[in-house]
Amino acid sequence: MSTIGSALAEAGALLISFDADFLEIVGLSLRVSLSAVAIACLIGFPLGAAVALFKFPGRGLVSLLLNTFMGLPPVVVGLIVFLILSRSGPLGVLGLLFTPTAMIIAQAILVTPIIAALTRQIIADLWREYGDHLNSLDASPLDRIGTLIYDARFSLATAVLAGFGRAIAEVGAVMIVGGNIDHATRVMTTAIALETSKGNLATALGLGIVLLVIALSVNAAVQLVNASGARKAAMA
Amino acid sequence: MSSLQTILPLEIRQLVFEADGTRLLHDINLSLASGRRTVILGPNGAGKSLLLRLCHGLLTPTSGEILWRGAGSRERAIRAQAMVFQRTVMLRRSALANILHTLKIRNVPRPERRERAQAALAMAGLAHLADRPARLMSGGEQQRLALARAWVTEPEVLFLDEPTASLDPAATRSVESLVEGFHAAGTKIVMATHDLGQARRLADEIVFLHKGRLLEFAPAEEFFETPRTDEARAFTAGELLW
Repeated sequence: MSTIGSALAEAGALLISFDADFLEIVGLSLRVSLSAVAIACLIGFPLGAAVALFKFPGRGLVSLLLNTFMGLPPVVVGLIVFLILSRSGPLGVLGLLFTPTAMIIAQAILVTPIIAALTRQIIADLWREYGDHLNSLDASPLDRIGTLIYDARFSLATAVLAGFGRAIAEVGAVMIVGGNIDHATRVMTTAIALETSKGNLATALGLGIVLLVIALSVNAAVQLVNASGARKAAMA
Repeated sequence: MSSLQTILPLEIRQLVFEADGTRLLHDINLSLASGRRTVILGPNGAGKSLLLRLCHGLLTPTSGEILWRGAGSRERAIRAQAMVFQRTVMLRRSALANILHTLKIRNVPRPERRERAQAALAMAGLAHLADRPARLMSGGEQQRLALARAWVTEPEVLFLDEPTASLDPAATRSVESLVEGFHAAGTKIVMATHDLGQARRLADEIVFLHKGRLLEFAPAEEFFETPRTDEARAFTAGELLW
């Protein structure tokens, strides 16, 4: 009980103090995860929509892989990215290991299947409704994808949130490819892991609470935007 | 409507459609010319929607041919047609944006779109609902919006699949008068319905389907005065057909 009590105090103190180190960690967490989600959206939306709309050889396999990769273990992804980016790996010359860029790459790999798989489902459902109309209009493939993604935007926001939740909460991948280097690649989850192993349970828990608050705020913001936008466009 | 050369007549030869091994349309032969309002009449399950969808190219025939005699190319044929469905497909946008979307897909230059969309809304009596989310409009308003959306494509042929099946009498009347508007503008009307009253009001000629077979193709007056088949006699008399 005393740990939780002091954790709450610690969390409050962290939030109020605007400690520079702490803000740096939070900032890097957000930067890495938001960038990863943005990249995952750029790949996942069109990929998911294409798998939903177009018949091509291996479509079933792609769909299966996307669904399977929704549950990729972060440490495994971290390890693979580590091997690729390490000095002797195929992309070692880029010198990206233990940089925020490497962390973004790893998280983007984790998040892309989630966004693509959810997009596939959402777009396939909407296609069932819109298909006749778009076929009747003789819409081009690009127009079809554009129409469906635009009209599914509120459902897709949920997919993006799922991806963001995955990215901001994972520790395994960023730990391996980032290395948890102070002032360089330390993010909230790796800091929590470190503080826990050092025995600073209150600090760790305090960081954890802050992490939860951030996740809560992001979700609340999206939900607010969604609710007003969905009313206007009558998603209901 | 605005085209130099018509894609009509529509010629349907030996059309067969099967789904999962069940034959749903049997050897339909039919030729539809411009000008006359064609009503496809028949009880539920007769194959009316299927026939419309096959003609419009939403389904592929199992065998047989659907030929647009004057079209020249597939694209020319499909872009000269529009279809209004029984269950309207309303995009999750405002009424105006629904029409703008159609104009965009049909490559109408952006500066022209708004004016044309607003004209179409006004034509359908929906000008005051331009900003209303389409999915919050009533069934009748949605069907009129679907017709306005078809209107901006200036179709030569308009397919209507039971457009008033779930509408009240007043909404039905307003949809019918819009259909008349298309007819007056020179659009070929091909409408499926099971509503005898509607068929009498709108049809110039009747295509009578029953259990996937074309039983009669006749001028409306002749069909209603002197149906040639027992099924048509029973249907026009309002009897149950099995």
